[in-house]
Amino acid sequence: MSDITKQSLSELVKNIKNKKVSSEEITKEFVNRSEKSKELNAYITEDYSSALDKAKKFDQKPNLDLKLPGIPIAVKDLFCTKDIQTTAGSKILNNFVPTYESTVTQNIWNEGAILLGKLNCDEFAMGSSNETSFFGNVQNPIDKNLVPGGSSGGSASAVAGQLTPITIGTDTGGSIRQPASFTGTVGLKPTYGSCSRYGIVAFASSLDQAGPMAQNVKDCALLQEVISTYDSKDSTSINFKRNEYSKELTNNIKNKKIGIPKEYRVDGMPKEIEDLWQKGINYAKDCGAEIIDISLPHTSYALPTYYIVAPAEASSNLARYDGVKYGFRAKGENLIDMYEKTRSEGFGAEVQRRIMIGTYVLSSGYYDAYYLKAQKVRKLIKNDFDEAYKKVDAILTPSTPSAAFKIGEKKDDPVSMYLNDIFTVPVNLAGLPGISIPAGHDSKGYPLGLQIIGKAFDEQNILNIAYAMEEKINFKNKITDWWIK
Amino acid sequence: MSIDLKTIKHISKLSRISVDDQKAEKLANDLNSIFKFIEKLNELKTDKVEPLTSVTETSLKLRSDEVKSKNIREQIVKNSPQDNEDYFVVPKVIE
Repeated sequence: MSDITKQSLSELVKNIKNKKVSSEEITKEFVNRSEKSKELNAYITEDYSSALDKAKKFDQKPNLDLKLPGIPIAVKDLFCTKDIQTTAGSKILNNFVPTYESTVTQNIWNEGAILLGKLNCDEFAMGSSNETSFFGNVQNPIDKNLVPGGSSGGSASAVAGQLTPITIGTDTGGSIRQPASFTGTVGLKPTYGSCSRYGIVAFASSLDQAGPMAQNVKDCALLQEVISTYDSKDSTSINFKRNEYSKELTNNIKNKKIGIPKEYRVDGMPKEIEDLWQKGINYAKDCGAEIIDISLPHTSYALPTYYIVAPAEASSNLARYDGVKYGFRAKGENLIDMYEKTRSEGFGAEVQRRIMIGTYVLSSGYYDAYYLKAQKVRKLIKNDFDEAYKKVDAILTPSTPSAAFKIGEKKDDPVSMYLNDIFTVPVNLAGLPGISIPAGHDSKGYPLGLQIIGKAFDEQNILNIAYAMEEKINFKNKITDWWIK
Repeated sequence: MSIDLKTIKHISKLSRISVDDQKAEKLANDLNSIFKFIEKLNELKTDKVEPLTSVTETSLKLRSDEVKSKNIREQIVKNSPQDNEDYFVVPKVIE
């Protein structure tokens, strides 16, 4: 069968179930293409030979009732995989081999999927361009020297470049939706508590969520259905009735009320983003949705709030990397010296910066002024959404304030880098689900995304809206294979 | 407000990250621009707002206190940076 890597996940699953193709044939094709795509630097760890073995084994006794039968999948290197190195994009975990499996990845293997490898990401998921990874920049398949976004940059690059049919990323402030937008792919950040955080390297525990990144909405719904389970090993996992998202997917969104928040019309927003948003509104109307103007008055406070809450939680979570029990250790004259050198040499600049911010805002004398203040503003931001959802079923915004930028362009200015997440961060602060779908191109031909934000636990609704709009938008990703010689 | 080098040294001590003078200067610049951006929150009056500590608004569940993983010493010390079969080894603490 030709062009296997061009097929969507749903097509591959159908073809394998109809015995038109074997797991081994599929796996071989994705391994071959991944091997030819080293220039993208999407992988940190390749697990190709073991993937081929597993595929052969699957074919000997195929269980075709599974949801991901014999499908090879590469995952972000933030998920602990048993006996496979897991680095979180950091030098400090360079030699770390977990003895356990994350719940989310275990759910995928239980449905028949096969691990292809571990994908590059910003160090500890802290970044918006994949430039903070210890393992180097990731190239965007859209154009040479273009960032794929971050922190799930390797994941976005691998899906857009067809190195894996689908993948999972994590999203703390936009790390699934922003790279999806930058690469012309679909990315879903589920409701907080929907996917287990067990076995995911922690960044900011009150914000982190795993989610699918895919070529289309239907694939995204299928993977969400697999990864979202209640898990007693995560104390914030929520036991709610989960839909069979892909089966219940419908493009009938007639009379759905979609809110347009005026505060997202930020100063200096490029005209092409304005135009894209208007186009999105028109598409939603064409689908029969009702458009309603809403207000989320505290939107402009979301990023400053995030840059207190997330670093505070990170400074606490990353205290465990002390060179004692696992990971990198530097030589020191005494215990304290060993700690300080290990952390100074083991963490990159952005991670150190965020640990410092977090330590400062939690330190004696500053806690009330910063951390407590941020928690209060976080409440106001959540209240805004609660108020809006009395009037609407979902909210439509651009995913990012611009298209992808060049590698190195924003590296030395942390605040301008942080502004990338201006439209995605409020969703994490309020614990809501949000999906980014590709919706157009900028003047350079780079993809632009639209974000649909839902009520808590209402993934089905935003998937349906995304599905209906996807059909109208009819987006075509321009992948030229420039990196394949 | 401005974060000076003395404060950077203090935070670096609390963070257990060693910082030389050159790095301290760069960090002071970065943190000052980030905190300038964060100061925006002071525009809001929040005296009467309850802080949000969890978006899920459910209380943490209790579980029974039972041993679920047994005999996993090997797994626990497997990733130890300095080899020793039974213990984690650290630089000498007591003289």
